[in-house]
Amino acid sequence: MNPAATTARRPRNTPPAPVSPFPYNPGSLLSVLDLSVDGVSQLLMRATELENEDPIGRDRILAKRRIALLFYESSTRTRTSFELACKALGADTTLVSSLSSSIEKGESLKDTGLTLRALGAEAIILRHNSSGAAWLLEESTRLPVINAGDGMHEHPTQALLDLRTILTHLRPGVEGVAPDTLAGVTVMITGDILHSRVARSNMLLLPRVGARVLLCGPKELLPEQAARSGPGIEIERDFDAALKQSQAVMMLRIQAERLAGLQLDLDEYKANYQLTGQRLAAHAPTTVVLHPGPIIRGMEITAGVADGVQSAILEQVTNGLAIRMAVMERALVTDDGGRA
Amino acid sequence: MTTLAICGGRLVDPAAGVDAAKDILLKDGRVAEIAGPGKLKGKNGAEILDATGLVVAPGLIDIHVHLREPGQGYKETIATGTAAAAAGGFTSVAAMPNTSPVNDTAEVTRWMQSPERGAVVRVFPIAAATRGSKGETLSDYAALKAAGAVAITDDGRPILKDGVMRESLAAAARVGLTVIQHAEDTRMTQGASMNLGPVSFKLGLRGMPVEAESSVVERDIRLVAELRESHPHLHVAHISTAAALAAVRQARRNGLRVTCEVAPHHFLLTEEHVGLYNTHAKMNPPLRSAADRDAMIEGILDGVVDAIATDHAPHAMHEKEIEFDLAPNGIIGLETALGLSLRWLHGEWKVPMGRVLSLLSAQPAALLGLKGRGTLAAGSYADVVVFDPKAEWTYRATESKSKAKNTPFDGWPMLGKVRWTISEGRVAYAGQL
Repeated sequence: MNPAATTARRPRNTPPAPVSPFPYNPGSLLSVLDLSVDGVSQLLMRATELENEDPIGRDRILAKRRIALLFYESSTRTRTSFELACKALGADTTLVSSLSSSIEKGESLKDTGLTLRALGAEAIILRHNSSGAAWLLEESTRLPVINAGDGMHEHPTQALLDLRTILTHLRPGVEGVAPDTLAGVTVMITGDILHSRVARSNMLLLPRVGARVLLCGPKELLPEQAARSGPGIEIERDFDAALKQSQAVMMLRIQAERLAGLQLDLDEYKANYQLTGQRLAAHAPTTVVLHPGPIIRGMEITAGVADGVQSAILEQVTNGLAIRMAVMERALVTDDGGRA
Repeated sequence: MTTLAICGGRLVDPAAGVDAAKDILLKDGRVAEIAGPGKLKGKNGAEILDATGLVVAPGLIDIHVHLREPGQGYKETIATGTAAAAAGGFTSVAAMPNTSPVNDTAEVTRWMQSPERGAVVRVFPIAAATRGSKGETLSDYAALKAAGAVAITDDGRPILKDGVMRESLAAAARVGLTVIQHAEDTRMTQGASMNLGPVSFKLGLRGMPVEAESSVVERDIRLVAELRESHPHLHVAHISTAAALAAVRQARRNGLRVTCEVAPHHFLLTEEHVGLYNTHAKMNPPLRSAADRDAMIEGILDGVVDAIATDHAPHAMHEKEIEFDLAPNGIIGLETALGLSLRWLHGEWKVPMGRVLSLLSAQPAALLGLKGRGTLAAGSYADVVVFDPKAEWTYRATESKSKAKNTPFDGWPMLGKVRWTISEGRVAYAGQL
């Protein structure tokens, strides 16, 4: 029995929940919730336009604008993709990573951000191992801050590029999105949901454009509370049953670095949740397969599936570049084309 | 010492059952006389404090504060912490032992009470239950009590071993001290920085389950029951969950001496107030669900809650301006406890003024056996708070007397403004109305 439930609940005036002051800067992208559906739509359309634009003209959009990439965690895809996106628009980028900077000497995130601002950074792209770090950096610097992954919390550009990938496969030809664009589509997210910022951003974004998000995984990695994060989110623990319902399946890596002592039987995990060619053929022969990377072949996904015809994993990477160009343009250029 | 006469006010002394227009004379650090308006016999030569329209009440008593000395004077000192206490209407504060070094000896206990510390209100040290608060070997309770300790605890580092907790309860009972437990099974809260629930999931923060608190409270109550013959007194610090409160309620029905305190933030705020990683809403125990918060209010209304205590936990600015999961726990509370309690408990939820003041003075005094405090009966200590019960004002953390400014209540409306705080006959704080 839950003792809280036995307490007589009289309606009572209590202090209201605080109103969030974030984001301070309209160019920031801290959470997918910072974007309206219309805002998402504009980013998607702009990503396509920028992708198709002549590279010679494109590099005037952010010509000589200074963007800092501040990375407290290792990264291949996200870092390179942001860097290439910035450079494709003509910006100057500088990379500061925790392992070769004064962060090693104990400099705080606030001071690191202020230092970058003093050096002329006009926007900061932040990857950090603490959830919420992007909010702290924005509060400290008031610069446009792009959250490139904060701890176990969010990774908004990943969700946008995943949405672009899903649209390419399930709604070919559709450029913008509306609240019903993915009506009737189930996107399944499988694996280490608890520690995944990719899962959180996707489960908050996809239902807003009409998709149903189905979460799948063992209790240790997928607590029941996950379904209460927002509307349109459900849990199905049986992998095969979930696969049967899904038009897109997103596989996640087990984040060994965040398990914090949690003991997992990996053989059992593989038996229950590994995406194999057999499973795909039996239950989801036309489903598009996504993975934010890094993939651990033979763990959550077999090599055959990763390299197979249903896999969109490398398309995701390519889409990341286009999405990040649009996000960086939004960060530093106002709607009328001026400097933000 | 000056003789003070507080005249024209409404004396609210719940312990004495008084709520009436009375004048009061303070002499030699004690309450010398109480009389009807204008009727004080010994008023000649006394300095008169005009309390017209004001409430005159026993000085408030906070049995859970962190004054950070010895060792962490950059966060707070006994001087600044007690200045904040005085500004908040408190005349007695009980200081927790998680200092550096840990207060586990008579020497440190005496050092904290020495006049050189510059305290403007009375400081009652609470000493460590185990040496170094390591949870292994009991400290010397008799010596600590003789040096002035009023209770023992390993606050912040709960005693997890059953055997050690049992020994502690038994040893404390032998010398007549209360054991205060910060109830948290730290094995369930590794790396956690807020309440476990949908909000922590959404924010991507590791959460502390309700059971981490309630299981320790339940275990402690079992031990108190086993030791029933020796009459131990267990006091649960800053209780925050409905489950733990239910266990306390049941223990009391079973005739056990188990008491508890609630902090204003736990009867006012919920995990939603963490907002987007506001480190001023990070404390331990964490802000809980709305159901738990509502249970704290019910507990105050139905009397199972014995005291309001602030868990005043000052930290330097730079310590809170960091990543949420890395920031230290705690908020300051001495200057907002009265204003929030009157605004919400009395103003919104219609708890009588006397009940609110009792939770902030008479009951905590009784709980720790602070004789002659928590009441203004003739002969008791001249610890008095005089406040305007109708004054509405806005709290500004920047104006705090504390060294620290870490509070989620900055900019909040308050009810009831302190005019004078008098500690043992001396004006410790004089505020503007």
